[in-house]
Amino acid sequence: MDTIDTQPDAFLHNCLLFTRTLRAAGIPVGFDQTSAFVQALELIDLSSRDQVYYAARGLLICRREHLRLFELIFARFWRALPEQPPGRKKMPTAPRHRKLPPFTIATYMAFKARQEDPAIDVADKSGTYSDLELLQRKDFAEMTPEELEQLRTLISNLRWQMSRRITRRRTAARRGDLLHMRRILREAARHQGVALRLAWQRRKIKQRPLILIADISGSMEKYARLLLQFLYSATHGLRRVECFVFGTRLTRITAQLQLRNIDRSIDQAAREVVDWAGGTRIGESLQFFNRRWGRRALGRGAVVLIISDGWDQGQPELLARELRFLQHRCHRLIWLNPLAGRTTYQPLVGGMRAALGSIDDFLPLDNFQRLADLAERLGAIT
Amino acid sequence: MKLSSIEAVAQAMASAAYVADTGLCTSLFLALRMGKALLLEGEPGVGKTEVAKVLSQLFHAPLIRLQCYEGIDVSQAVYEWNYPRQLLELQARRSTSDDSTLLTNTIYTEAFLLKRPLLQAIDSSHTIAPVLLIDELDRADEEFESFLLELLSDFQITIPELGTLRARYRPIVIITSNRTRELHDALKRRCVYYWIDHPSPEKELEIVRLKAPGLEQRLAQQVVSFVQAIRSQDLIKPPGVAETLDWAEALQHLNAHTLDASIIQATLGIIVKYQEDVDKLRGALADRILEQIG
Repeated sequence: MDTIDTQPDAFLHNCLLFTRTLRAAGIPVGFDQTSAFVQALELIDLSSRDQVYYAARGLLICRREHLRLFELIFARFWRALPEQPPGRKKMPTAPRHRKLPPFTIATYMAFKARQEDPAIDVADKSGTYSDLELLQRKDFAEMTPEELEQLRTLISNLRWQMSRRITRRRTAARRGDLLHMRRILREAARHQGVALRLAWQRRKIKQRPLILIADISGSMEKYARLLLQFLYSATHGLRRVECFVFGTRLTRITAQLQLRNIDRSIDQAAREVVDWAGGTRIGESLQFFNRRWGRRALGRGAVVLIISDGWDQGQPELLARELRFLQHRCHRLIWLNPLAGRTTYQPLVGGMRAALGSIDDFLPLDNFQRLADLAERLGAIT
Repeated sequence: MKLSSIEAVAQAMASAAYVADTGLCTSLFLALRMGKALLLEGEPGVGKTEVAKVLSQLFHAPLIRLQCYEGIDVSQAVYEWNYPRQLLELQARRSTSDDSTLLTNTIYTEAFLLKRPLLQAIDSSHTIAPVLLIDELDRADEEFESFLLELLSDFQITIPELGTLRARYRPIVIITSNRTRELHDALKRRCVYYWIDHPSPEKELEIVRLKAPGLEQRLAQQVVSFVQAIRSQDLIKPPGVAETLDWAEALQHLNAHTLDASIIQATLGIIVKYQEDVDKLRGALADRILEQIG
């Protein structure tokens, strides 16, 4: 009798343990989802591994990115079970002794803890005002590491403004281009059927999404940390920002840059990148962006900023083609080049020359003043 | 029709000529039994919308479809008051009544309500649970999703002037998304989630045979192998099952008996829809794939 009584209990217990394991691995599983899963267990054939698998998958997972991880955990978690002799219940291992597979992604709790760490500002504040003035106009390429460090504070204080677009949603407004019939009639009904005042509605205005794609290859190495700070500042100064960096391949660092602590955030982002200061394949990187992220990131009138010096080891034709693809699908494609500020500069390198035909704006980005101007001028894009 | 087990779901789907794998059947079964919505994501053309149509056919239930688009809001998706009628009513009653609360009461009744798909789905006049298809939810704005939360958790809709309307028969809800943006987690948590992948070669052949029975056996095999092969090429938009079926139909119209280079060139526009993809497949690459599949 004992075996019959304890088995379902043990199974239920294991199921709960399983959801906890998922959570520990960073997959957000809510209590409601867990209870739905337990409920589902009564409906399916528990002896069928497939049915349990798909039930768990359908109810506990809601993002495609989590599927691989889920599969891995499921396989590991339920492997040992059939080998247990029936009737003998084993004590589950204490959570701290339990060995989790070596996941590369951060766990949810660690993620949360990081957000609460205060940002420690260690930048040197001794610079006087006039020094700062000079610093703002000095070419990045001529700066000493200390000077670059000083820019940090300046960058984090950038005032961002973003171009806005008229959406198709309507909202009640004092003035508008369409009558708000619902309000008018509600008023009218209160006043014996006479509409005393007209109510209006108009199109809602929303900020455009901003997509930043920055080059961190060998030739841009000098600016790399600066760029990450710039991306961080944009992520926190605006809504709907997506950040990518590339050398030979493209990495999305949006999530890392959303952490509140700037140092940790930039460290995390830097760790995510595997090809620091290597070669440059702008064309391939953009191709990857277009294929993988294009459909998800480019909608809703996005503005795309590419930051690169245009030194490319790939084929110029590929770069030109991918830029054209990108240009056709975004509202504005802007290329920022740290070299372009010099009076002697001419866009002669293969990549840059190929790019010029398919971008909307080609702007220099050689000193802080340009950055600050850019941050404000994005708002003026119509 | 009562679907009492996952196998029964699989059989029923097969009887309606929909080839579903175990994962989809399990998710569907649970969604039906637990009264949750089924959220289907996947590349375009893998048969997400079709699931709803098949369900409505299986249950002999009305299919109510809400196609989402940017800017969709309550007045297009849930309900709107019939303003012209309300105005006329107000004018007519004005002379007879001075009481403003009475006036308000008369024009805010169900008779003046224009029911849009979501409200139709929970309408009490249904004699059987209808199938509600919320198609391409990712096209709607984030704000719109919040309207769905009340509907999906309690199958009710609150209209401020009228009160709360409840479904007599809980609708079977199918939501599809192409993932042009991420849906909100609050919504996803209320659903059973399933990602529909491109089918395996065997499944796809089965689908082609079911949907294009006139196509010659060998040609069907070639079509499937070719489509499967080009999916692994780096295309902007790899063809879905919908494209495979279109192609199969096109080949029938052309009286083709076997796949060769010239017929592929002529019909390439049916399987890939981007000029870049067409350029890539035209010529050497198509020949090479053709050679591989024999």
